[in-house]
Amino acid sequence: MEIKPPVPVIPAPVWKDIKDLQEWQALHKQRPATGDKHSALFEQMTEGIHSFPGGFVVTTLADNFFNWARKSSVWPVSFGLACCAIEMMATFASRFDVERLGMVPWASPRHADLMIVSGTVTIKMAPMLQRIYDQMPDPKWALSMGSCANSGGPFRHGYHVVKGVDRVIPVDVYVPGCPPPPESLLNGLLLLQEQISTFRRTGRRPAPNEKVD
Amino acid sequence: MTSDRARALLSQITGLTVADGGPAVTVHVPTEQLASVAAFVKETIGCAFFAFSTAIDHKADGLETVAYVENLDDNITVVLRAKLGAGNICCPSLVPVYRGANWMERETYDMFGVQFEGHPDLRRILLSDDWDGHPLLKSYAVDTPYPPYR
Repeated sequence: MEIKPPVPVIPAPVWKDIKDLQEWQALHKQRPATGDKHSALFEQMTEGIHSFPGGFVVTTLADNFFNWARKSSVWPVSFGLACCAIEMMATFASRFDVERLGMVPWASPRHADLMIVSGTVTIKMAPMLQRIYDQMPDPKWALSMGSCANSGGPFRHGYHVVKGVDRVIPVDVYVPGCPPPPESLLNGLLLLQEQISTFRRTGRRPAPNEKVD
Repeated sequence: MTSDRARALLSQITGLTVADGGPAVTVHVPTEQLASVAAFVKETIGCAFFAFSTAIDHKADGLETVAYVENLDDNITVVLRAKLGAGNICCPSLVPVYRGANWMERETYDMFGVQFEGHPDLRRILLSDDWDGHPLLKSYAVDTPYPPYR
């Protein structure tokens, strides 16, 4: 049997080498914005219509119409990470029945509008999660479900856990709980629908949502 | 074969220390004897099943590897414990004796950085290949940053 020479050991990081948490949070904020060309095009069109006399009435109604359409067919990509996914499945099932809200759990990120991050995000899983999020077409929303996805939860000080999925993707609604029961998730989805109903041309929220922020 | 018989057989080998009591037969083995003792335990005592392997970090006293092997017919568990000594991370591999030790020793290497000499494929098994350090060592700091995610 071939004997391999020992692999050189990389010294483990020690306390004094650790950067401040604030520094990592600042790094997180510097994440480049993903290109959202459709929202920009929509913004240009609405700006153009606005310049006509009385055009704002048309754009307001168009906004309302599109937001009604958006919030009435939010398709979450079925993406379960941990035990929260069981509660998510229960929410999708007949007892709680989110299909009456127009939500169809869909197995492809290409057709989905919402990502429910249900469970612990490990450092090994984070690049895949980001890739799935990047594959979703704009406009898209993300819902962080459970303590683990919100902040790392009980595994926050573990060596392998991302301390909150908002370090990987932008999150719109946080649902607390460990795990959140289907009623909580349903409440989060309804809050998300309210948030979508105030969605504006730029894709950004015009004002903080009192119920969410 | 019984646990008492296994205890008596193992205490006859020079260099070994057999711990008293307990449901399992715990043997403290010098590192250089580990492979031969494992072969003896497998063939004579009949512990053909490699249950698991791990390590213990004794800080200044160095690492200690632990291997559980079981005789499922006679219900005997033998625990092979080998202290590597301060600063030493090399340990003979049990893969030539127990094929089931392969992934267990990869995990022990992954978490504790123990270099198993004679292991056919000593790579990380759970963490990603670009990981720095070995996270279950006591010297590995809590909340070690891992850019860009934490």
